[in-house]
Formats: sequence, structure tokens, C-alpha cells
Amino acid sequence: MPSSPTAARTGSTSTTASGAGRYLLPGIAVLCVALVIASMLVGEYHITIGGLLHGDSEMWRMFFISRVPRTLALIFAGVAMSFSGVIMQRLTQNRFVEPTTAGTAEWAGLGILLCFMYIPGASPLVRMAVATTMAFLGTVVFLAIINRVRARKTAIVPLVGLMLGAVIGAVTTYIAIEGNMLQAVVAWRSGGFAHIVRGFYEPLWAVLVVAVACYLMANYFTIAGLGRDVATSLGLDYGRTVAIGVTMVALASGVTSVVVGFIPFLGLVVPNVVSMLRGDDVRKNLPWIGVFAVVLVVACDLIGRVVVRPMEIPTSVVMGVVGATAFLAIILSRRFRDSL
Amino acid sequence: MTVSDGASAPAVGAGRTGRFSWRMRMGVAIALAAAALVLFLLIRTGADDVMRWDFRFGPSFDRRFRTASAIVLAAFCQGVATVLFHTVTHNRILTPSIIGLDSLYVLIQTVGVAVVGARFVDNSDSILQFLLQTAGMVLFAGVLYRWMFSGRFASLFLLLLAGVVMGLAFRAVSEFLQRLIAPSDFDALQIKLFGRLGSVNTELLPIAAVICAVVGVIVWRRRRVLDVLLLGREPATSLGVNHQRELTIALVLIAILVSVSTALVGPLTFFGFIIATLAYQVSGDWRHRATLPMSVLIGVFTLAAGQFVLTNVFYAAGTLTVIIEFCGGVAFLAILLLRKGTM
Repeated sequence: MPSSPTAARTGSTSTTASGAGRYLLPGIAVLCVALVIASMLVGEYHITIGGLLHGDSEMWRMFFISRVPRTLALIFAGVAMSFSGVIMQRLTQNRFVEPTTAGTAEWAGLGILLCFMYIPGASPLVRMAVATTMAFLGTVVFLAIINRVRARKTAIVPLVGLMLGAVIGAVTTYIAIEGNMLQAVVAWRSGGFAHIVRGFYEPLWAVLVVAVACYLMANYFTIAGLGRDVATSLGLDYGRTVAIGVTMVALASGVTSVVVGFIPFLGLVVPNVVSMLRGDDVRKNLPWIGVFAVVLVVACDLIGRVVVRPMEIPTSVVMGVVGATAFLAIILSRRFRDSL
Repeated sequence: MTVSDGASAPAVGAGRTGRFSWRMRMGVAIALAAAALVLFLLIRTGADDVMRWDFRFGPSFDRRFRTASAIVLAAFCQGVATVLFHTVTHNRILTPSIIGLDSLYVLIQTVGVAVVGARFVDNSDSILQFLLQTAGMVLFAGVLYRWMFSGRFASLFLLLLAGVVMGLAFRAVSEFLQRLIAPSDFDALQIKLFGRLGSVNTELLPIAAVICAVVGVIVWRRRRVLDVLLLGREPATSLGVNHQRELTIALVLIAILVSVSTALVGPLTFFGFIIATLAYQVSGDWRHRATLPMSVLIGVFTLAAGQFVLTNVFYAAGTLTVIIEFCGGVAFLAILLLRKGTM
């Protein structure tokens, strides 16, 4: 049973949960719009809707230089991390896998450190290529390990992934100490959206490609999530589907980690919460996963911006605390207790 | 309840003896560990002195004695804690640090430095701070166990996952604070965040030794119960072992050991993993009477020999723990990738 709890439960939960989903989801959509608007308006430079409507040119300039890029970066990062989570959860048939619990993010970090050390003046694009390559490698290693595990118990998979991430983290730290780059690495790891202005966030548009591809591929991932044998007998090229999925995850987490650092738990909390509300239809859930991820990321970013004004708490830190709480709530909920 | 299938129960079979009995192997291990310790303690400086057989006692002997004590205590804590952890989780690829204790240690140190400044680190070897730190970590683990094991949520999975998640949250906060503190404070903090054997406060050693001795006696008296636990939850229960109770006791002992070791010499993530894994291979008997002491002896040997080689050959004594963590990590990866069967 634990090998694919999702498939077994789909029917029952989608019927029982739809009642809650009917009222919650429109609320989340409204909240999303409100938060995005708030994110555009909150900050040190005073920007008001009234001023914008009156055509205050200075205000518009700042709006496009700072607020719009930051908000877009938040949206892209949220979508990237949550979609990566969905893909990885399908491919590993495990609800607790996402780039940070599979070590993918740590691999991307190692790639960035290597870039810092050996190609100091590298452009963001080069760094992203390196980070993405390392993330790809890391995800393949993780999947190779997981495939060797016959007992695919729910909790052991993320634990293995986290140990793997810890090894890569240790390697990164070791190299960073040798190269006297430790504080730079720490700063990058807990990076945030504070320095995002026009000219820095543009690579994140690549996330759109991943998002669209993810939507188109959703049904294939769902079938792949039934396991290699079932998927193959249903006529799916399993190997190719996995390869595409891993590439998408690597691209999303590589690009995101270069621009904004790690965002823990997002890919874990969002897909699971949406599944709780709507059942497990990946394709139909994806838009909602995106919306909910944006709500969560923007809310965490706003908390970080408002609480210690005029300083900022990085989004990843707020997300770490909020996400940890949400994650604990999820694993302690009855639904998951059954599957453990 | 356990983290793996019954199939991964000791693959060694019933007390495999091999060509050598476990007692013989233990004897060899004791001799090697003792030799490494003595070598480390007695040789004064470099290879030249070894040639001249120039063993001198002096102020540097005190320092080495301190380091040697730290080596023994760290090996004891990590070895026993990891073997216990493997037994109760029924899984040989995890290490106890996974439940977030070392992240908590890093958080405590970082908050201390952020609030008080580098002074916090300078004082951090005082007895009071050591005890408070250890108590804080054991308390955290205790609350976690209490919460996870009490009735409704009784599951070892949940315990591990919850610990991991809290560890991640601690780490996020630590990293944020580390970004805020001045670079000089950051450098001072770094010394605390990596395993260090050479700079242990003498005053702490007796306290840590007493704690270790008490835990050691408790574990040793339970060694047969622990052997039964290896069989898995159902067989152990039907053999009359109160599984839940034994699990809780073991977890509390693990928390104490990891906390003492971390507070004493700093976080070590893979050291326990590597010595426990070696111990299973070489002890020649799967019972705890063999694996527990063997893991400690291997730990002592590894640390003492490593420290000796690094001090006398490479003159780089400070980086031993980093190297061990590195090798442990690589070994961990290799074992994960090469092993067959269940986890």
C-alpha cells in the first residue's frame, strides 16, 4: 500500500474535500490578487495607487525598477518550487519529496560555489547553467538511490534525500572554508528578494517554460507515478518521462537558486495542501498549486519586509519557519497518519 | 513503526563468527585503539622526534591529554548513539544528528553570538554554559519524543520527520542571523560550528565523562534487550519486551549522548555513521556486546590515528573533523549507491 498511497486514495478524498475546496479556493484566488497588489505597494520608497493613477512619473519609474521585478520574481520562484515539488512527488511516488528534501537544492548550491571559485566573473546565465547541471546530476543520483530502495516507505525517502543533501552541504562547506568563501555561501543560501531589481530577475522567465511544460506533461507524470511497470504497460516511455521531469526540476531549481537562494518547504506544503482540498488530479490542480504557492511566497515576503522595517528578513527564513509549521501540521493530520 | 522492513534485520545471521571470534577481533581493536592513543599522547612533535625516540612530558602533554580525552569521549558518544539509533530505527543509513540536535546547537551558538557578540563564544566552554546547552538540547529532544510518542501520534516516522523539519527551520534562522553578525564575530562563531578536538576545556571533561559513564552503564545493562529489539517490533513484543518503553529510553539516551558530544567538540554528522558502519563489518557478531564497544574503539582509533598523522605529518591538526566528515559523507554516498536490497 505505501508504494502509491496517492493513487489508492484519490477517489474518496476528492469527493469529501470538494465542499471545503468550493469556498476556500476562490478565497485563495482573491487573497492572491490582494497580496500581489500589496507586494507592489509595500516598501521603503513610497508608492500609492493614487500616485500611480495621477501619473507620477518618478513613482512609475521606481515601480518598474523595483516593485514589479520583485513581485514577478516571487511569483516565478513560487511557481518553480511548487511545480518542481509536484513533479518530484509524482516521479518518486512520495509526498515528502521536493528539491530541498531530495538534495537537489544543495547540489545547485555546490554548483554556484564552484562558479564563485573558478569563474569569478561569471554572468548569471553561466552560473545558472552550472547550477542547473549540478541540480540535474543531484536529482539523478537521488533517483538512482531511491530506485534501489525496495521498501519505499513514505518517510525513509525524504530522510535519505536529506542525508544526501547534508553530504553535499558538507562538501560545499568544506570547499567554502578552503576557499575562504563561507560567509558568501551562507549569504547566498539564505538569499532573498531584497536585491531583485530590473536586470537581475529576467532569467526567471525561464520558469514559465517549465510551468507550461509541466502543465502539458501533467498526465504523463501522473501515469509515471503509478510505477515503472504499470506506466510501461499503459504505453508510456517511462525513461523519457523521468528524464524530462528531472530536467524540468533541475532547470527550475537551478535558475531559482541562483537568483533568490533556497526556498524551503514550498514544494512540499503547497502540493499537499492543494491535494487535501481538491484531490489528486495533477493537471487540474496545477493552476491552483501555482496560485497557492504565490500566496504563500508573497505572504512570507511581506511578513519579512514589514516586521523589521526598514530592514528585511529573507523570505527563505520566514518560509522556513512558516513552512516547518505547516509541514508539521500536515504530517500530523489524520490523512497522512494513515499513509505513514 | 520501524523505519524499514523486517527484511533488513541483521543480515549477519545468528552470531556469525567468521574465521576469528568476536573476542579476538575486539582484542585487536582494543590494542590498535590503545596504540593509537599512546602514540598520539607520547610523541612530542614531528617525525624527527619519532626517529630519536624522544618522548617528553611537558605542558604540551597536558594539551594532548585533553585532546585525547575529547577523542575518547566523542568516539564513545557518537559510536554508542549511532549504534543505538540504528537499532531502534531498524535502519543503518541514518544518523542521530538527523533529528535536528546539531541544528539546534548551531542555532544556540548563533543566537548567543548575535546577542552577546564574540564574548559568547569565548565563554562557551564554561561549565554553566555547557550544562545549559546540553540540557536545552536534551529538553528539546524530550519534548519532541513526548509529543510524538504520546498516544495519538505514536510513530517513529513522524518523530524523525518532525525532527528533520525543525532542524531545517533552525538552520534557516541560524543562517539569517549569521548574515547579520559582523565578520569578526562570524569568524569566532565558525570555530564553534565545526568539530574541534584540540580546544576542549579541561573543566568540562570530568562532567562529560561522568555523564558518558552513567549512560554507558545503562546501555550495557540493556544490551540483551537491544539485541531483541533488532528483531523488529512484533517479534520483540512477543518475546516480552515493552517496545515503546525501550524505544523511548534509547532515544533519550541518544539525545543525551549526541548533546554531550556536540556541546563538547561541536557537531559531527557523519562520524557516527562511519564508525558504526565499520563496526558492523568488523565486529564479527551482530549482538550489541560486540557492536557497541567495537564502534567506540574504531572511533578512538580513527580519531587518534588521524590526529596523530595530521599533527606529525601534515601539521594541520585543526581540520581532522572536517576531513572525517568529508570521508564519512563520501562513504555514506558510496554505500547508498552500491548497496542492494532494502533500507
